[in-house]
Amino acid sequence: MNFDLAVPAQLMEALTPDIVLMAGAMGLMLAAAWRTDSDRHQRAVGLASLGVLLVTLGLVIWFGARDLTAGTGPVAVDRFRWSADVIFLVAALATVALAIEYNAREGIQTAESHVLVLFATSGMMTLAAARDLMIVFLGIEIMSIAVYVMAGLNRRSAKAAEGALKYFLLGAFSTGFLLYGIALVYGATGSTNLPVIGQRIVEYALAHQGMLLVGAALLLVGFAFKVAVVPFHMWAPDVYEGAPTPVTAFMAAAVKAAAFAAFLRVWLECFGSLEFAWFGPIWWVAAVTMVVANVVALAQRSVKRLLAYSSIVHSGYLLVAIAAGSRLGASALLFYLLAYTLAVFGAFAVVSAVGRAGERSLEISDYEGLWNVRPGLAVGMAVCLLALLGFPVFGGVGFFAKLYLLQAALAAPSNLAPLAVLLVVTSVVSAGYYLHVVRVMFMKPRREDAVEPEPVGGMTRAVLTASVVLILVLGLLPGRLATWARNSPPTLGTTTSAPPIARGLP
Amino acid sequence: MEAFLASIHYNSWILPVLLLLPIAGATVVLAHGWLTQGNSGALPPSSSARVRQIALLLFTAEAVLSLGLWWSVDPSATNWQAFVDFPWIPMWGARITLGVDGIAMLLILLTTLLMPLAVLGGWTSIRENLHSYYALLLVLTTGMIGVFMSLDLLLFFAMWELMLVPMYLIIGVWGGQRRLYASLKFFLYTMLGSMVMLVAIVYLAMQTPDGLGRPVFSYDYILANATLSPTAALWLFGAFFLAFAVKVPMWPLHTWLPDAHVEAPTAGSVILAAIMLKMGTFGFVRFALPLFPSAATNETVRVVVLTLAVIGIVYGALVAMVQPDFKKLVAYSSVSHLGFVMLGIFALNLQSVQGALMVNLSHGVSTGALFLLVGMMYERRHSRLIEDYGGIARVMPAFAVALSIVAMSSIGVPGTNGFVGEFLVLIGSFRTRPLFAVIAATAVIFAAAYLLWALQRIIYNPLDKPENRQLRDLNWREIGLLVPLVFAIFWMGIYPKPILDKTRTAATRLVERVEAMKVNQPVAQGR
Repeated sequence: MNFDLAVPAQLMEALTPDIVLMAGAMGLMLAAAWRTDSDRHQRAVGLASLGVLLVTLGLVIWFGARDLTAGTGPVAVDRFRWSADVIFLVAALATVALAIEYNAREGIQTAESHVLVLFATSGMMTLAAARDLMIVFLGIEIMSIAVYVMAGLNRRSAKAAEGALKYFLLGAFSTGFLLYGIALVYGATGSTNLPVIGQRIVEYALAHQGMLLVGAALLLVGFAFKVAVVPFHMWAPDVYEGAPTPVTAFMAAAVKAAAFAAFLRVWLECFGSLEFAWFGPIWWVAAVTMVVANVVALAQRSVKRLLAYSSIVHSGYLLVAIAAGSRLGASALLFYLLAYTLAVFGAFAVVSAVGRAGERSLEISDYEGLWNVRPGLAVGMAVCLLALLGFPVFGGVGFFAKLYLLQAALAAPSNLAPLAVLLVVTSVVSAGYYLHVVRVMFMKPRREDAVEPEPVGGMTRAVLTASVVLILVLGLLPGRLATWARNSPPTLGTTTSAPPIARGLP
Repeated sequence: MEAFLASIHYNSWILPVLLLLPIAGATVVLAHGWLTQGNSGALPPSSSARVRQIALLLFTAEAVLSLGLWWSVDPSATNWQAFVDFPWIPMWGARITLGVDGIAMLLILLTTLLMPLAVLGGWTSIRENLHSYYALLLVLTTGMIGVFMSLDLLLFFAMWELMLVPMYLIIGVWGGQRRLYASLKFFLYTMLGSMVMLVAIVYLAMQTPDGLGRPVFSYDYILANATLSPTAALWLFGAFFLAFAVKVPMWPLHTWLPDAHVEAPTAGSVILAAIMLKMGTFGFVRFALPLFPSAATNETVRVVVLTLAVIGIVYGALVAMVQPDFKKLVAYSSVSHLGFVMLGIFALNLQSVQGALMVNLSHGVSTGALFLLVGMMYERRHSRLIEDYGGIARVMPAFAVALSIVAMSSIGVPGTNGFVGEFLVLIGSFRTRPLFAVIAATAVIFAAAYLLWALQRIIYNPLDKPENRQLRDLNWREIGLLVPLVFAIFWMGIYPKPILDKTRTAATRLVERVEAMKVNQPVAQGR
């Protein structure tokens, strides 16, 4: 069916999953405050959050299965949105599942921590739906504010406090860029609606207008901060290291995915005609990110920091999909984000399991001989790391994600072949650190004084198993997933006639 | 035999079965390990003995099953034999397409027949984590034969990479002193080459979209429909070249080889030398040359490749001569032999190509046997240094006989397998590239020099080291695994016709296809 978003009831209907999640989050917020903090309460709220997420996931899948469209309006109703929502919700489910056991171990009894995941997720869903720069801003803020708090959840840890403050300050700073960019783009085009902006740039030949270009550049900087690409990545390693492990996974996977979803939509819909201006900068940012982050990752000793740099690297790879500027690029982005999310959660499940109370075992050297004491964890970690490496068969779906990205790059009208080559060559560099962890786990003997890892909790094990099984199965039979991604491009352009143009445009 | 194989529809199921049997076997082996593991996590000794037998049984079954290919594959056919085709990823035009010709059939047989011997070779030297070890060997087998039978570029790539992780772990977990360094180096070198090839594969697939604009990875389809500009062909050829040249390995990309071969456990070295290096040369024959004939016949490209091949031949032989470590000597001799293969392939006439394919096989047999013998030496004396031995023919006569025969075949003495291939390569390349052939021929002398010299220092000379007096001669297991190899050495050396017959049609088609392109090219300068 086709929604007319000007009718409030239909707009509501188009936003049903978002509203359900938000309402569930608010209800649970009250429930969380109802009792004094205790581990039992924390677990109960966590389980209830899982329930809310599952209901939302069901709704999203149901909405995605129906053939829904909508006219121009503040939100998009298309498969891209539902597909991105699925990724966020899967990530949120895994986060809460990991966090329940992590919190119990670390003595974090704030039940609100799970509710914050719900809030952040609803912000992400808003971002995926946003077809108006104001909604983009709204989504980013809902998401970010929740994540700022989550990053500092562990009040006993100085590192967490440092990371959270850094994240908050730099995040606020980047939001400033974003907002200023939105204002300038509005000033240049007279609209905040994405398709309208895109249309007006073409209609009024605004492509070379200074204010618009500056606005677009500021938006680019804002998004670059959020997805953490070089040189706007400085906050990421510290924040990722300090935050509780499940939150780190959430930031590395879901927050990045949401920022990329909005980034892609804004770029495809608004700035397609500005390609001459942004192609070069994005190309270079992608190239520099791949090279710098990969090389720096080689020097890391802490697994969390290693994965932080790895997530920066992947942002660089994903910029290739943005630079492709095509529907194929959008499909590749979705596919990649899903594969990446699975691998990230698998890897962080292991980090969380190996970490021990107080996160004392985070160094790569703590993984020495893991195969001999916890073979399941070692094999799971190896699969996830190979998936991040994009290795066929053993890395499962990670390989196809990279393959899809290459397809998008090589099919792009602009010349992305050198960037594609750089992508694969730098991924060989990344083998240096991913395999280092594999090597430490399998080939080094266990140290004499090494502590026996704690038993792995059921939920952590479930997250790891699910990730690994999905990675491997989708790595052998990616057909359906590929079809799904191919059929999920964002809607482009206006489906109805453009609204009347404001007077007094330059 | 043919009638029997036809009656059981051998050709319609054999390739998928060969591909899946090792994977299924790996699961069986792992399940066995999991079931027999006690609460303490330690394995009872009986379980170790049992898993060896299970693995040997699986590899033997694979070998016996594959033997039928010798009769069922019609080497003179111009279509793929034992062809099967299943859909895989419709959206990306990737299919599971398997098929062989004479060349691929021989390499598959080489793989399946050598694997049981490799397992026997490491029978007692591997003591830890047996279940994982055998499971990895089995997965590795799938990857290796998958490379030889894939007719879909994406499947080929997946198989090509599939081998990498098991081999990495085999070297890294069960290898020698510097295993960590060697395994990583092996992995990174190979991956660098293959990743660039991946970009080329995707590019190729997108050049020839199907009716719906989706990419197509089918080898036959690309071969028939790709229209590449000479520049694009050159770049793509370069990408494939990098991947295959690392694997072959061609000088100067060979430096991973001595490390990997020396540090790997015996079975790993055997597989690396006898089978995995062949994938590089097979890649040239199956993919790089037919797909990009315009680049392969480009005079500059050919001269560069031939030069590298000849440098590899001479360099490998010279470096082998000064090695104090016998395993390293054998490893460098591989560089030299594989140079012959490359020389034969790029000299591009029927004789040289057939010779190259013959060197390919006979190098597999004789270097495989050499690594097995090195393994036997090492197991007894725990040293690979030539100077630690001397005069052991007196305490190990059977070993001395075997080593002498295998060394002769590696040198290429007439009557052994090594002679046939190198001779054909040299005649073939002399006709088109006399200069290269003459330089390469000198390496035959070097080969005699380094191997005979090593032979002299190991098994002859006085038996002056007290440790060497107690060495046991070969036991029945070791003799049993060497007998088939010695048989193959003489069979291929004295009556190579059946093998040459198997490769003739495929080699002719390759040469014709590539040369036809040269004739069609309007620009024929530089000739």
